[in-house]
Amino acid sequence: MAEQRIDEPTGTQTVGHEWDGIEELDTPMPRWWLWTLYATIIWGIGYTVFYPAWPMIEQATKGALGWSSREQLAAEMDAAAEEKAPLTLAIAQIPIERLPEDSRLLAAAVEGGRAAFKVNCVQCHGAGAAGSTGYPNLNDDDWLWGGDLKAIHTTLEHGIREPGNDATRMSQMPAFGRDGLLTRTEIEDVVSHVQVIAGARKADASARRGAALFETNCAACHGPAGKGDRTQGAPNLTDAIWLYGGDRASLVETVSNARYGIMPSWSNRLDPVTVKMLAAYVHSLGGGEEFVPEDDSAEAADAAGKTPDPVEQNVQPR
Amino acid sequence: MSSLADLTDHEVNRFFEARKKVFPREVDGPFRRFKWAIMAVTLAIYYVTPWLRWDRGPHAPDQAVLVDIEGRRFFMFQIEIWPHEFYYVAGLLIMAALGLFLVTSAVGRAWCGYACPQTVWTDLFMHIERLVDGGRRDQFKLDAEPWGAKKLAKRLTKWTLWLLVAMATGGAWIFYFADAPTLARDFVTGEAAGVAYATVGILTATTFIFGGFLREQVCIYMCPWPRIQTALMDDKSLLVTYKYWRGEPRTRGVKRAAKQVDDAAELMPQGDCIDCLACVAVCPTGVDIREGPQIGCITCGLCIDACDEVMRRIDRPEKLIGYTTVEDEKLAVEGKHPRPPLERLLRPRTLVYFAVWGAIGLAMLFALGNRSRIELDAGQTRNPLYITLSDGDVRNGYTLKLRNMQARPRRFTVALQGLEDYEMWDDRMPREDAGATLTLDVPADAVLRRTVYVAAPATGEDKERILFTTRAADDEGGEAIAETFFNRPGDRP
Repeated sequence: MAEQRIDEPTGTQTVGHEWDGIEELDTPMPRWWLWTLYATIIWGIGYTVFYPAWPMIEQATKGALGWSSREQLAAEMDAAAEEKAPLTLAIAQIPIERLPEDSRLLAAAVEGGRAAFKVNCVQCHGAGAAGSTGYPNLNDDDWLWGGDLKAIHTTLEHGIREPGNDATRMSQMPAFGRDGLLTRTEIEDVVSHVQVIAGARKADASARRGAALFETNCAACHGPAGKGDRTQGAPNLTDAIWLYGGDRASLVETVSNARYGIMPSWSNRLDPVTVKMLAAYVHSLGGGEEFVPEDDSAEAADAAGKTPDPVEQNVQPR
Repeated sequence: MSSLADLTDHEVNRFFEARKKVFPREVDGPFRRFKWAIMAVTLAIYYVTPWLRWDRGPHAPDQAVLVDIEGRRFFMFQIEIWPHEFYYVAGLLIMAALGLFLVTSAVGRAWCGYACPQTVWTDLFMHIERLVDGGRRDQFKLDAEPWGAKKLAKRLTKWTLWLLVAMATGGAWIFYFADAPTLARDFVTGEAAGVAYATVGILTATTFIFGGFLREQVCIYMCPWPRIQTALMDDKSLLVTYKYWRGEPRTRGVKRAAKQVDDAAELMPQGDCIDCLACVAVCPTGVDIREGPQIGCITCGLCIDACDEVMRRIDRPEKLIGYTTVEDEKLAVEGKHPRPPLERLLRPRTLVYFAVWGAIGLAMLFALGNRSRIELDAGQTRNPLYITLSDGDVRNGYTLKLRNMQARPRRFTVALQGLEDYEMWDDRMPREDAGATLTLDVPADAVLRRTVYVAAPATGEDKERILFTTRAADDEGGEAIAETFFNRPGDRP
């Protein structure tokens, strides 16, 4: 241990240590550095007073300013909603079938629907809306209950076969096998006929027997030609799309035990604007059909009279 | 410096050298006049360029040089560069770097001495200083004076003038990034974007500080270029050199130099340098060139002008200080003639730099001349990859991005190759209107994004390579191709 001394060339005091003749100068911290350090300490104390900081037994101190990250998030969400308010209002006011008249509104609705779909619909219909067995593919051009904007919107609003909902899309196919309406052979014959009209099989004796059975048992819902009926969600049996599979075993299973797919009603889970947006998104996936108004429907005319003109409502200040 | 005397003197050593104030004397001569010319040309280019107009029709800006960051376009006369063509700008930067290498290897730090903005603006600021404070002697005196009304008035005048120049510098910069006349009007009326004011503010501050106060310290301590240049120079690069073999030993004063001829009997050899310090007095970075090549020397040649003036006065040959190479220096010391300049300039190093520089330039010109102004991208929809339609056909979805990089709206027809019996339609029309081609109208200088559907019979390969082709449906024509795939369900359930 050497003594503390003044180093002559530099005029600085040494720290008093010496290692093999090497000594260290006790150079003081630069003033600006020290003042910065003191300033950060004062800042730090002030920060813990004004903001939530010190952990207590129950929760941390609240801070003099009463700031919390939850409130900040809520405020930001409110601000975002307010920013979108004119658009939201316009979508709320326009009847769903008239949405395509305003391309800006339609684009906004499709994008909003895309986001809502990822949260609410992908669990059954898949991320690409391609569905799976029992869950319809929303990209294709085949619609059980109708594929125009209004029909899709109604389906979303009220769901399909939702228990306890009077407005829901309702229909039920009899379980021809389970309930003893048809024998096993008869079911096989009906399936043969269905495969024939679907173009998957050549007409034979079994199919000819099935045709007669189809006429009496199936045509009421699926139509005499098997083209289906959208008012009761009866699928078109002549196309290439099979919700539960188009192979023989699947068809026999369907006819024997029937199918009863359920979609919940979304109007009591989501706000009306989100439901409209979802309808717009599903309609935009490639299979959407054009809305054809029913002229003779007094109900529709009545509704149109009550609703304010959407095109004018639609022009909102930004 | 750290001799024994220093240590025993009990004087305190400083770790950092304080800046020695530099008050360069004004000088006239060919190099000074060359510097004026370069300053005039560079400043004129800088200030005038954004105001040049260039007619591109109604769909593109009419500013000759415009970096449109908001619209993501770079305009330079007839060349328009889109963001994905940024490699042209990278090529220009590489050419600029190679150009500097070439210049440095041939003529040394010419960039530093004449063209560098730091040099040009410092030079400008020094002239303003002379205008307000007077010459070198007056500047010394004023600096030593205590602060009083006169000194304050002079300082405030000088700083105000500097600030005006600095604001003009920063002010001109922003015009490269927006329509100059519009921006100038908005800037004055306070309607320009905040970033414009911030940019002008920052550039004003940096110009004021760098040109007015930091000056040669930027070159000596801050700029990496002097260090890089050391590696780029060799013994054939030009350097401002004090020809010590002529100048040494120095004589003190003109009289003794004149006496030299008479006192031949003195037998003391007398050099041409009379130690008048004219070269030191005019140096903008405050170095003594007679100490040899050094980092502070930006090779501006002002000491050459100053020394030549003295040499003429005392009737000695000029260029006691002059541009010389290390190689020529050796030859001169041995009493030989220097090599001819052309032989020095045309050496492998400079030729290789020039060849690479020229090759990149030619390649870029060729690429620019042949580049297509139509581009097509086809992105296949991945989820789902394919859809079975009710008639049994398979549908694939694609996002087409059609770039019309010309400043006029154009019509394009899109067709498909590699798929049989296909139908194509887009999300603006029902499938009933599908056909073998699509017609798309793309606005001027824009990208059209369109969802396109292709349907084909389910029989065929699981995955087929297809080509979207597009052709401009006007007289000029032109086409673009995008490769993608068509997928079918195949064996999967």
